[in-house]
Amino acid sequence: MENQGVDQVKVLAPTGMLGAGFPEATIERGLALGADVISVDGGSTDSGPHYLGASQPKTTRAAVARDLRVLLKAAAGAGIPLIVGSCGTSGTDAGVDWVAGIVADILAAEGLRMRVARIYSEQDTGVLLERLDEGRIHALPPLGELQPETLRSCTHIVGAMGHEPIVAALEAGAQVVLAGRATDTAIAAAYPLMKGMPAGPSWHAAKIIECGGQCTSDPRAGGVLATVDADGFTIEPLDPTVACTPILVAAHMLYETVNPFRMREPDGTLDVGEAEYTALDERTVRVEGSRFEVADQHTIKLEGARITGYETMSFSAIRDPHILAHIDDWADLLRSMIRKRVAQTIGLSEDKYAFDLRLYGHNAILGELDPASGPPREVGAMLLVNAPDQSTATAVAKIANPLLLHLPTPDMDYLPSLAFATSPAEVERGPAYEFVLHHVVDTRTPTEMFRTEIEEVPHHG
Amino acid sequence: MAETTPTTLGDLAFEVRSKNAGPFWVTMELFLRDAEGYRVAADESFLDEGTIARLYGVDAADVQMFRIPSLNVVKISFPRPVAQASLRDRDIHSGQHHVPLALLPLPSSALTPSPTPR
Repeated sequence: MENQGVDQVKVLAPTGMLGAGFPEATIERGLALGADVISVDGGSTDSGPHYLGASQPKTTRAAVARDLRVLLKAAAGAGIPLIVGSCGTSGTDAGVDWVAGIVADILAAEGLRMRVARIYSEQDTGVLLERLDEGRIHALPPLGELQPETLRSCTHIVGAMGHEPIVAALEAGAQVVLAGRATDTAIAAAYPLMKGMPAGPSWHAAKIIECGGQCTSDPRAGGVLATVDADGFTIEPLDPTVACTPILVAAHMLYETVNPFRMREPDGTLDVGEAEYTALDERTVRVEGSRFEVADQHTIKLEGARITGYETMSFSAIRDPHILAHIDDWADLLRSMIRKRVAQTIGLSEDKYAFDLRLYGHNAILGELDPASGPPREVGAMLLVNAPDQSTATAVAKIANPLLLHLPTPDMDYLPSLAFATSPAEVERGPAYEFVLHHVVDTRTPTEMFRTEIEEVPHHG
Repeated sequence: MAETTPTTLGDLAFEVRSKNAGPFWVTMELFLRDAEGYRVAADESFLDEGTIARLYGVDAADVQMFRIPSLNVVKISFPRPVAQASLRDRDIHSGQHHVPLALLPLPSSALTPSPTPR
């Protein structure tokens, strides 16, 4: 059997995000070191709900194509699989097809032919409503029990796959796996698990390398290579001048995690509480003692986004020292004047729209949490309006325009003219989204929520 | 460098950072310079869930703290008070929310100059 007799698996993680770039030489070095698989994350919820809600990639096509061209040629040349997770940022079906289209163009241009798997992770609302009815959907903290209308309100819902659908695609002969939403770790854990490596080291290594070179002394120098075996894993940077140290590797468990010791995956929980990190030399780290507890119930986490309204933004700026000395009074007056003028002109009550006034240079970022705020030197006043439709949001912003141009402080007896940053001042942002799902589905099989299609690309050689 | 007496938690750390941990959580890490700094930051009578609740306007019961002496790290996680990218979210990646923690004044017991090598 193919799966037997392998005593280690080397996973090449070129970068934390497909499209972020990496030096081509680092990939050549990874292949020279004997990489068995290349895995790269193509997405994240990090930058907000827009990418899922609108099903749009955050990365630009040219950047994704540049990285994929290098990785596809490397994988084809070395005869090793390439696994891409969370395609198109959010992992929607359109995101998978977007990356698949880029892959097809590159393979055709390079005269390559590979078996490409597309694993779709978008979920049907009707099916999820049935699962909810069956009591098979549960909330994760801090969210509460899921309501049917919340599911119905989402523009897109994805399920985050574990390693199983990826392994199934590889076992079916795929050389390139383009996964919809997957856990950040599943894409790197899949191949070691498929080759019989133990779950503890496989998942722990996957967590450490999911951000590429983030666990190294120079994250900008490229990615890392993890070698997983029966007792643990070894990790080294792909750039020979860069180092992994026990502290850097251990500290990476802190990054973007709520709990740095225990991490839930679809089929169980990684526990690194007893893991030991030791330096093999000045740039290579050995990790042993990672454990994985298989769960009684396999679960798939859902992500869903819905439209909260439509937004229009306006931006003016203040340099006048008198206004800046009374900036909070000025802001209070502006807020009340906007409400009054909106009521006067379009008869809209305050529950029909909302706006946020942000004083950049004063306390825009932290607001009331800000521990210190002296008189600012200059302030950018951003007005962000949210309304049920775009034209209403823009109408409110336009009603605010003369105020953002000429509003004095209460004690001034003349009208100042403030500094608009652009003309027109208003920018229509389109629909605004919010994440509303943080729930898991109890599944009967690890693959039932995902659909896989495998074909030779290009179709006609 | 002139020897200065540390006055804030951030003065004891070589890095204080915050970041979103998924759409619904914020997590922060204090990387203390040494075991002595760690001892101050890990002291529950100075920094505990209640301190975080006051600094960030969240419920102390929702705050999770992890004290990791092997790394001289104190890690703090809590549910995001403002939904990510919502109208009132001014920090999409929660990347600037470490500042109130970093500027937390040290207890008077920690204000003696540390015998740092010059």
